[in-house]
Amino acid sequence: MTPKPQRQLTRAQRTTVVTGVLCFVLILVVLQLWLITATMNAYLGGDDVVIWPALGASVACLALNLGLLRYLLQR
Amino acid sequence: MPDDPQSRFEQDRAIDPRIDSPGREGLTGTARGDIYEPTREPEDVTVSPDERPMHEQPQWRQDFAIDWPEDNFVARRDFAKFLVLTSGAFVAGQAWIAAHSLVRSRRAPPGRVKIGALTAIAAGTATMFTYPTQNDPCLLIRTRSGELLAYSQKCTHLSCAVVPKIDEGILHCPCHEGIFDLATGRNIAGPPPRPLPVIQLEVLGDDIYAIGVKERTV
Repeated sequence: MTPKPQRQLTRAQRTTVVTGVLCFVLILVVLQLWLITATMNAYLGGDDVVIWPALGASVACLALNLGLLRYLLQR
Repeated sequence: MPDDPQSRFEQDRAIDPRIDSPGREGLTGTARGDIYEPTREPEDVTVSPDERPMHEQPQWRQDFAIDWPEDNFVARRDFAKFLVLTSGAFVAGQAWIAAHSLVRSRRAPPGRVKIGALTAIAAGTATMFTYPTQNDPCLLIRTRSGELLAYSQKCTHLSCAVVPKIDEGILHCPCHEGIFDLATGRNIAGPPPRPLPVIQLEVLGDDIYAIGVKERTV
């Protein structure tokens, strides 16, 4: 099977793409930082209700980040 | 067919560039400008010392770019990798908290322990005891009105020992000037993020018992 020809991005375009992806990843990591801070505060305060939903949200952020990184490594 | 840059690129490549071929009706003489490989900007071209193309170069030469545009790209891509690693570390931290929560929920509740006698503590004074373990210092306070209060002595900021100031109606943490309300144990000033845990008391005759710990977030 003939490989699909890939549209070649210029360096400027690739840098724009990587900067955009970096912004998304940074926002998600800051969200995770807030999540772990709030969860730790709740855990130390004896509140266990938020722990599992927060873990799920953090895993979802990691999955998004991995997807974005995968996209980035293909560029 | 989806309308995205990759599809448009493939569509353009599929057109026969000869004059009057399908897809080129109405065009004169020259082919459409974007049908040919665009001329590469000088900034997009890296010439290695051995003049071989970049994809034939060793990995280290691709990782340590020799020109600024490529270096910007590689640096940002590597920073993104580092951030994703940090993201994984946060998930590991969340999982650690969840595991500890499971262990805590299966632990037996603290027992009923005699901590003192009512006649031994005068109004307007405080005494120390440990509950539920020997490593958990607590304060038993008797207010001027005779009310009994008990809190963990560990400040919720960095676990320094709080000092009761009964006449001022506060518990003071001298390490970072944290202040808790004496009547409720709530954090009212300084860096402590949570109220002090309340030790639940039971008075039977002259004996005072600690029967549980109530941790709070607000």
